[in-house]
Amino acid sequence: MKQLLSGNEAIALGAYHAGIAVATAYPGTPSTEILENIARMEGVYAEWAINEKVALEVGMGASYAGVRTLVSMKHVGLNVAADPFFAASTTGVVGGLVIISCDDPGEHSSQGEQDNRHFARFAKVPMIEPTNSQEAYDMMGLAFDISEKFDTPVLFRSTTRISHCKSVVDVTKERSAELKKAAFKRSPEKFVMVPSNARIRRVAMEERIAKLQDYVEQFPFNEMIIADKKLGVISNGVAYQYAREVFKNASHLKLTTLYPLPVNLIKKFAKEVERIIVVEEIDPYIENEIRQLGIAVEGKKFIPIIGELNPEIVENGAVKAGILKSASSSAKTEPPTPKLPARRPQLCAGCPHVATEYALRKLGVRTVGSGVELSKNDIIVTSDIGCYTLGVYPPLAALDTCACMGASIGQALGLEKAGVSNKIVAVIGDSTFMHSGITGLIDVVYNQGTTTVIILDNNTTAMTGHQGHPGTGISAKGERTTAVDIEALVKGIGIKDVNVVKAFDLKAIETTIKKCVANNAPSVIIVRGACPLATKKKGTPFAVDADMCSGCLDCLKIGCPALTIADNLACIDAEFCNGCGVCSQVCSSDAIAEGKP
Amino acid sequence: MRDVNVLMVGVGGYGVILASDGMAEIGMVNGYDVKKTDSLGMAQRGGSVVSHVRWGKKVYSPMIKKGEVDFLLAFEEIEAARWASYLNPKGAAIVADSVVIPVSSVTGDTPYPKWDAIKVILSQYSDKIYLVPATKIAEEVNNPRAVNMAMLGFLSAFLELPAAAWTDTMRRRLPAKFMKSSIDAFLKARAEAEAAIRAKEHK
Repeated sequence: MKQLLSGNEAIALGAYHAGIAVATAYPGTPSTEILENIARMEGVYAEWAINEKVALEVGMGASYAGVRTLVSMKHVGLNVAADPFFAASTTGVVGGLVIISCDDPGEHSSQGEQDNRHFARFAKVPMIEPTNSQEAYDMMGLAFDISEKFDTPVLFRSTTRISHCKSVVDVTKERSAELKKAAFKRSPEKFVMVPSNARIRRVAMEERIAKLQDYVEQFPFNEMIIADKKLGVISNGVAYQYAREVFKNASHLKLTTLYPLPVNLIKKFAKEVERIIVVEEIDPYIENEIRQLGIAVEGKKFIPIIGELNPEIVENGAVKAGILKSASSSAKTEPPTPKLPARRPQLCAGCPHVATEYALRKLGVRTVGSGVELSKNDIIVTSDIGCYTLGVYPPLAALDTCACMGASIGQALGLEKAGVSNKIVAVIGDSTFMHSGITGLIDVVYNQGTTTVIILDNNTTAMTGHQGHPGTGISAKGERTTAVDIEALVKGIGIKDVNVVKAFDLKAIETTIKKCVANNAPSVIIVRGACPLATKKKGTPFAVDADMCSGCLDCLKIGCPALTIADNLACIDAEFCNGCGVCSQVCSSDAIAEGKP
Repeated sequence: MRDVNVLMVGVGGYGVILASDGMAEIGMVNGYDVKKTDSLGMAQRGGSVVSHVRWGKKVYSPMIKKGEVDFLLAFEEIEAARWASYLNPKGAAIVADSVVIPVSSVTGDTPYPKWDAIKVILSQYSDKIYLVPATKIAEEVNNPRAVNMAMLGFLSAFLELPAAAWTDTMRRRLPAKFMKSSIDAFLKARAEAEAAIRAKEHK
């Protein structure tokens, strides 16, 4: 049956038909929909793990019990899970274990760009990568076969344009009714990695790669298309699709086994064609491997190393390489386009983060601008990964750092211990705090830091589309579970100054921040307010009384998309307004109130 | 079977993704090879949204090459201007009468241009510019969320599939609550487009 499926939907369905019993993940764009889809399927245990490291450790346990297991994450998630990833490579598996890494070339929704193909070679784990949804579906079954046959986890790589592209899939398989039952068999030489056992497994890892070398030569989704022999294009992933579109007459080699590479197939292709160009996103991974084989190859000379590719970038590369005369249409000189107003990502109307970010900006972040020295009273705000990171943009411009999951708290302690005299506040979301903020907070307590940590508790993982986390008490399957109590948790860690304030009470937020930063001990402020997109509740819109509005436009400084200007006065778009009322608390003329005309 | 490249652009929360999903599905059901992909950025709401939808005999790239867009379907006026350079010279810009002023305009660094100025930008790339009364149609059918269905209806008049090919899939896919208003919006806009096409031919 033909279905229109995104890469992530195809991965989920492929894994389901391959008979997975357990699936774990931490949400992260562009990987999130894989587990969301699996969670809706019957007969699979699906969980949102606290973070990617734990997700993979749960996956290892399930695999040791003999059942097929899927673990999915975004590219930077594999950094977090790197420790168990290498460990799983060493122990090998029992039930098939497939780890999905969804890379995000061009950082559509990530703090950095990285090419996780290197992880496969680094950890000596076989890696396969589809070029469309059909292959994502079909190759998933093979991924589990490889894992079990070669006693290894398998890295299944996708990218944004595979995961988030819909294409036609012929769904040909179905889930077997008889799946293997879980059973753990003792095997300390395989599962207990004391050095003496690890040395034995180390040999098995190399033997495995040698066997895989033969296997990948026959892999059905590597494909050689011989046409015009003057040019041979080698590509993988979505870059293959761009290459087919741009190099219409050339010969092509499509690679779907990225580690190990099918060396003999590449050599065979090289003999057929006069010139080889590799089209691949991010690093010259394939290009360098081919060069090491002693084959003349070009690639990054023409194809950018930075960012996501697209057909015109590849076409421009073809022009540079002298293959196309001039890019067909895009190379024409374009008429000048006048400057259009930018539409930056922003916090939503009714967002529970707005009041806190506004309060921080107002209270302490007074000196704005790169390289400007802080004044004595400026508060330094270390931030984390989540919707609230958008508070870096004007008009809020309230944040000073954002690096990786959980980093805000450690960074705050580091700034303090280095001797910075300004007060420091770390801002972190509830889901991110669970993911990797807890350990940072323990470090603050143990090492006697005095930082104030604001936990923005909107009771969901909002940015990736509202997934549950341990604080929400709702499982990946939508069932009630034990909610981890954040207040009790931080008190248990040893924080004495624990405060809970309502997310839309600007005055209470300001007063509490002032009190906490003055305290010479570590403190936590839990700012609590649900994400309105998750609850789908719409409050009564507020309105501006034009007779009372002074036109100072201070209310616009909260950066709410429902606020606009009409005839030099503030104006609220009732269709957008969610009735949070933060703007009315900012107004010094009392001109904004609920439901007024 | 004609190849069709449609770039749908707009603002998050206005139904662009739903429209592009629908168009892709209708293409598949009617025998085309289909690919579609979106760029959303980080924002849940309010950011720029771009969807590429491609129908053809065989589609490779999910993204349409700059200069090869047959129809720029813009759900918002400045978003049309922002993506105008993607049009091929024979392509058409189909723009909803919808203005969503971004925060950067509200706080003042760049003013929001008037429709006439936007039209000047669009006309550098195409002489086929249609301003669709999509919000008016959505009001007429009493469903402010039906703007996207009106846009699909207007677009459909330029493509080779009959109206029934679209409404059949809509009947299967849309929730009962919005079914009638959505199909009404679709058909009203399709009729508007047919009239607009006839008017152009008469000139």
